[in-house]
Amino acid sequence: MTTQTQTASTARAGILSAVFAAALGLGIITLAGHVQASALHDAAHDVRHATGFPCH
Amino acid sequence: MTPRMTCATQPASPATKPMFSRILTSALFAGAAAGLIVALLQLVFVQPVLLHAELYESGELVHFGAEAVSAHPELPGMFSDLTRDGLSVVFTMLTYTGYALVLVALMSLAEAQGHPVDGRTGVLWGLAGFIAFHLAPGFTLAPEVPGVAAADVFARQIWWWATVAAAGVAMWLIAFGGNIVSYLVAAVLLMAPHLIGAPEPDVFTGPVPTEIGALFAARAFGVGLVAWVLLGSFAGYFWQNEGKRVEAAA
Repeated sequence: MTTQTQTASTARAGILSAVFAAALGLGIITLAGHVQASALHDAAHDVRHATGFPCH
Repeated sequence: MTPRMTCATQPASPATKPMFSRILTSALFAGAAAGLIVALLQLVFVQPVLLHAELYESGELVHFGAEAVSAHPELPGMFSDLTRDGLSVVFTMLTYTGYALVLVALMSLAEAQGHPVDGRTGVLWGLAGFIAFHLAPGFTLAPEVPGVAAADVFARQIWWWATVAAAGVAMWLIAFGGNIVSYLVAAVLLMAPHLIGAPEPDVFTGPVPTEIGALFAARAFGVGLVAWVLLGSFAGYFWQNEGKRVEAAA
């Protein structure tokens, strides 16, 4: 019972970690590749084109 | 008896910490290393094509004008604009760190289901990532050289994200589905965005020669493939390495 509870909580912790890391990653991709604020757009311009993001 | 009691009274949070820091550390190493190499590859192979296209975008060169235009104009030399190139390096590393976080998070879920990943199998993960994040959206919204005609950027971004999500799920189903239904669903998910169609411009107004546009798309895909293979392999390697380190420390 104890081992089962612990396995379940470890699995839940693993999923939570993965979800949080993926959300952080998607946030970074949005910031670097998609946000249209002009300073960000100009700074990331060449990378957005080269990486295949819709740029402007 | 005593160790079991210790286990039973432990809250869930200590288990979260090593797992999250293992994902974060491997993703940061993999993203920074792959991003740096890719940034240099882009500066050498993609940037000159982009700078060439900008001469047409700005009107400095005119295609199909009164006189034929040389295909080999004087381009600004490599590293002629250090701020611009430096920003490109920073943003490439940032972008690939974002990709790495998603990739390693998925690797951790796969490992929990009994599919361990290392530097060698990471190559396959990288290929799947390339298909999901680069090839699938680029199959219809081809990598754009500056100056091409395109539909509204917001509409294209929505289509881009939807296509990446569909292709990402498809890659997971192909890798771990293991039955004919999941392969069929994957095929539908891969084709649907392109059958529905991406936002297209109403008219063609691009001033850039088609030769430059085609070369740009080919170079972007080529460097993208190398980038993702490196990212996948690095992510798998650091993920394994961090796992061993966390185990040794425990």
